[in-house]
Formats: sequence, structure tokens, C-alpha cells
Amino acid sequence: MIVNWAHAWPSATAAFLASLVEFVEALTIVLAVGTVRGWRGALVGAGAAVAVLLLAVLLLGPLLTDIPLRTVQLVVGGLLLLFGMRWLRKAILRAAGVIPLHDEEAAFAKESAALRSLGGGGRWDKVGIATAFKITLLEGLEVVFIVIAVGAGGSGLLVPASLGALAALFVVVLLGVLVHRPLSTIPENMFKFIVGVLLSAFGAFWAGEGMGLAWPGEDWSIPGLVAGFLVVSLLAVRLCRDRGVGTARS
Amino acid sequence: MRWLKAAIGEIYGLFVDDGHFALAIVVWLLFIWLGVSLLPDLAAWGGIVFFLGLAAILLANTRQGARR
Repeated sequence: MIVNWAHAWPSATAAFLASLVEFVEALTIVLAVGTVRGWRGALVGAGAAVAVLLLAVLLLGPLLTDIPLRTVQLVVGGLLLLFGMRWLRKAILRAAGVIPLHDEEAAFAKESAALRSLGGGGRWDKVGIATAFKITLLEGLEVVFIVIAVGAGGSGLLVPASLGALAALFVVVLLGVLVHRPLSTIPENMFKFIVGVLLSAFGAFWAGEGMGLAWPGEDWSIPGLVAGFLVVSLLAVRLCRDRGVGTARS
Repeated sequence: MRWLKAAIGEIYGLFVDDGHFALAIVVWLLFIWLGVSLLPDLAAWGGIVFFLGLAAILLANTRQGARR
């Protein structure tokens, strides 16, 4: 299998960072479920969601290869562009202080309080299993989309993208087991900012390829797009700050 | 039916946060696609023009977001 290194490293990095953010968010809720409702429900719910996601990837993944590459690039690129620029927009507004930063400690406290107020429990706690299942499925769905999207643009890219996501899962599970509390010290918005830049660059490139656009330097225009989105995003943060909106609103 | 609605809502939320922002990106993508389909010579500059449009959408929307 030939790996194109102009795509492979950015693919693996984008998948790693994006998955890291998603897994940290899932871990916060799974930890809240485990602490309040018990670890059996938390682990069964999260494990069942992972099984559903793996099944979906195994069933749907091979179908992608039957669709013409240009169509995949256009559709996946367009979706990736929407996904990445949505993250980037939010990260810019957070960095400029327009909207509040995501707080894992606050999310943990809120979810714990909500779970405590619900009745039930027992050996097979339905509330705990359902909560852990839902959050793992939702965040995992985003990870699956990111891996497929950054890996769908060329041959051999799915492997580095999958490895990036697996590395993120390993890091988050390891940290979760070690610290046993929400990973609030991770600079989440900085990661989201970088991931937004990378995903937007990939999305623009794939969508452009799908439309038949010419890119200067072909594949090597991806680092150029990354630099371009980074400069524009930093400029956007500055412009938003200059608007005099210095305090975060909830 | 309720769970299906919720699932569709969650998937929609993956791609759309600010409706105007998402619509502007989709319209720009379709505009470039249509332009290149009708005038294939434009494809040579299409990549750069496509990026510049996306950059302009991002700058305009975030500035507007800061003003709101």
C-alpha cells in the first residue's frame, strides 16, 4: 500500500487531535455515570456503544469503495468543510472571549447532579447504561465520521487516520484510569482550534478535488491551505477582540 | 419516532451550528461547482478562489458573531 506522506501525517494528526477532544468529552460523562450510578452500568453502556460503532464501520465502510472517488471526495469534503468550519468558528469565538470556554469540571458536576436526582439503580442500572451508551455513541459517531472523512480522500489514508484515533483512545483511557477525574487541564479550545484548521483545510481540498478544481502544487497545497486557514482564523480572533467583546457570555 | 427525531437532530448538529454560516458555505460550494461545470477554464484558479471565499465567510460570520 502506497502512503502519500503529504496527506498521511496531517490525516493522522487531525484524527488524533479531533478524537482526543471527543474522547475527553465522552470520558467526562462516563466518569460521572461510573461515580454516581456505578461502574457496571458505565462500562456496559460505553462498551455496547463501541460495539455498535464498530459494527456500523464494518458494514458501511466497504460500501464507500463502491462509490466513485470524485463523488466521495465531493460529498465527504463538503461535510468535512461544514464540520471543520463549525468547530473553527466556535473555537475562534471562544478564543476571542465571545462565548465561554467548555468546562469539563462543570460538565461533570452538572451530569453528576442530574444522575443523582434520577431514581432506580440496582445491578443493571438502566439510567447508567443508557447515559453511558448515548454519550459514547454520539462522540464515537463524530470520531468515526472524522476518521472516514480524513481517510476517504486517497488510497492508504484510512490507516493513518484510524491509527491517530486509536492513539487518542489509548491516551484518554490511560489518563482516565490514572487520574479518575475529568481531564479539565487539557487545553481543549486550543485543540479544537488546531483541529478546526486541519479539518477545514482537508474539507476544502477534498471538495475542490471532487469538483475538479486545480490546486497549485497539487497535494502539497494541503499544508498551504492549513497555513491559510490558520492565518485567517488568527485574524478573526483579533478582529473579534477588537470589537470590544472581551467577556464571555453564557 | 421520538428517538429517530433526536438522532437526526444530533447528526444535523454535527454539521450545523449557525444556520446562516452553514448555508453560506454550501451556497459558495455549489456556486463554484456550477461555475467550473459551465466554464471549465475557471478550474485553474478555482482552488484559490474557493479558499478565498471560505476565508471571507469565516471572517464575516465570526465578526458578526462578536457583534451580536
